[in-house]
Amino acid sequence: MSAELAVLGQIVPAETFPNGISRYAIGGLLVGLGAVVIYLGTGIAAGASTFLESTLSYVSEQSRFKQYRASRDWRVVFTLGIILGAGVYAVLWQGGTWTTEVQPWRLLIGGVLVGIGTRVGKGCTSGHGVCGVGSASKTSIIGVITFLSVAIVTAQIIQVLGVSP
Amino acid sequence: MPLILVGGLIFGFGLAYSHMARPEVVLDFLQFDDFGLLFVMFGAAIVTGIGFAVMPRIRDGAPLTGDRYERRLKSFDRNVLIGGGIFGVGWGLSGICPGAAYASLGIGNVTILWALVGMFAGAYLQGVWRSERAGSDASPAGAD
Repeated sequence: MSAELAVLGQIVPAETFPNGISRYAIGGLLVGLGAVVIYLGTGIAAGASTFLESTLSYVSEQSRFKQYRASRDWRVVFTLGIILGAGVYAVLWQGGTWTTEVQPWRLLIGGVLVGIGTRVGKGCTSGHGVCGVGSASKTSIIGVITFLSVAIVTAQIIQVLGVSP
Repeated sequence: MPLILVGGLIFGFGLAYSHMARPEVVLDFLQFDDFGLLFVMFGAAIVTGIGFAVMPRIRDGAPLTGDRYERRLKSFDRNVLIGGGIFGVGWGLSGICPGAAYASLGIGNVTILWALVGMFAGAYLQGVWRSERAGSDASPAGAD
């Protein structure tokens, strides 16, 4: 019986929500609220990954980045806000800094693919996921289904290969 | 600008509070060990869904910019699938996406700089490729 459970545990988690749901639900509502606050004041549906290209437009003359010059200043402010907001959480709730155990090569190579993929695919988890799905955009919903399913397959393969952390 | 800073603050605080700023939590979700992240994504999309749907009925335009409240829908083409696929591999490998990476820096996770360097490098690479392709084409490439 216990062996059977152990085998099942590889596929189905012992608990669906081992950490409860409140932190996720409250955090998610705040993420949405942040996006709505910006939309209310400015009419902008904010995304996080355009910051990568708009910030490159400060230092690169590539024609691809020129289209983002008009928005690059507020995108820097938005990103600084995200960093500071997370910093407030770290000081008030987390009680200090936290560092990941995930290996640097995974972060670096994964980061390169995220940088290419989000820009080619016209959005990331915030642009497609939060704002796009919130606007019931078919493009964004297809985008989310694509990157979410590919990410699940990738993460499962990584796990099967025994790469951890 | 102050409003964008406030919005960013709430957005980043939410990402940190939800623990999505931690790659381990995202990987636990993708590997089916903890489904809590669904609440972050759907919770956020429900709030924006309500906000984006209600505001255009209350006011015509945004008070600070005068821009009309409208859905700026992105056009669909195969790039959405290709880019989404590449992003998916990167997200599944690293457990981090752009917004969560900025928030991760905020919670003191200096190791995430590896991912941020990678993201800028990736964004730069595709920018160079696409700039060159657009430059060599006689007809201008479609804007997106």
